[in-house]
Amino acid sequence: MPLVYAGVCSHAPGITGRADQADPTAKQGLYDAYAEMAQAIADSGAEALVVVAAEHFANFFMNNMPSFAVGMADHYNGPIEDSEWLKINKFRAPGDRDLSLRFITEMMQTVDVAYAEEWQFDHGIAVPLHFLTPDFDLPIIPININCQGPPLVPLHRTWVFGEAIRRAADAVPEKVALIGTGGISHWPATPDSGKINEAWDRQFLDQWCRNAKDELVRYDDATVYADAGQGGFEIRTFITVSAAAAGAQGTVHFYTPIPIFAVGCTTASYSL
Amino acid sequence: MSLYYVQKFLYELNRSEQLQADYHQDRSAVLAPYELTDEEVTALIEPDIGLLFHLGVNGQILMHFAALHKVEWQDYLQRMRDGIANHGPVREGVYAMTGYEGTEQHARRLGQEG
Repeated sequence: MPLVYAGVCSHAPGITGRADQADPTAKQGLYDAYAEMAQAIADSGAEALVVVAAEHFANFFMNNMPSFAVGMADHYNGPIEDSEWLKINKFRAPGDRDLSLRFITEMMQTVDVAYAEEWQFDHGIAVPLHFLTPDFDLPIIPININCQGPPLVPLHRTWVFGEAIRRAADAVPEKVALIGTGGISHWPATPDSGKINEAWDRQFLDQWCRNAKDELVRYDDATVYADAGQGGFEIRTFITVSAAAAGAQGTVHFYTPIPIFAVGCTTASYSL
Repeated sequence: MSLYYVQKFLYELNRSEQLQADYHQDRSAVLAPYELTDEEVTALIEPDIGLLFHLGVNGQILMHFAALHKVEWQDYLQRMRDGIANHGPVREGVYAMTGYEGTEQHARRLGQEG
């Protein structure tokens, strides 16, 4: 079936873990935006949810760091972080090993991916699922792009990776929804945590909505680091979804800088 | 220095409740298998969050180590700032790769208030 949904959202741990310290109006706006995104995914009839994430040294480390990894298991546990710290209870999310296998097999026609039969979700996936599939009733295919430990995969290869996801989704009979989760500009977990370059974010989101491939893949890590922090490396997840959307135009449903969440909180989707 | 092994220890510590229990029991013993300098061992035992950030530990790893020690979020951020003030710029790793310029400089350049 053709891909039924493609969108992006933020995943910062403060969104749940430090929710009590946020401006209540801003926080509720974000939570409402997540609820609308959850409804849109449900309305799409999705039978599986592909989550393109940028995990943070929860499963993958510099001893054997894959640029791209895809989960291939019937279930995944999370969150790996302390539940009290993240304020998300321990959970077991359903997977679909067979669907993952078919995805990976098709994707490997054009991209090299690692696969993982074991995966503990960190906040990069746990926070979005907390809002989007709180009952854990939708099989998940987790995908990771190394956005943390340089050298990082170039953006033009991220684009090819997104195209491979789309081809795989279209090839299976199941209805598949796709989300990318990451930050835009942010300096997470550093002394600069809370800094947000809103102008940079809005320019990037404009390019994302126009699905402007040439502009999106033109960013380089040195410039991104200078203007958008090391958290900006996570634009790889957003750009992957752009490629998977195959030229579709997007809409930003919510964007508000929330410093205590350390990111410009975002939900957006493409009209497939 | 051996930033790789400092981060590897913390990565494994973050993932393993058993290692966390062992660390609380005998910090020196759990560090023995890792190739670490005396400075790094001291920072990991104390723990010295500011020094670890100065050494180049990625915040995505370091924040969980701070949480393990019940360091509150704002205190965690301040300890890193103090580490830079006391020890100088980040020596190695992702923050040093393209030149970490510090909170105040970032704020000025981005036109934001500190």
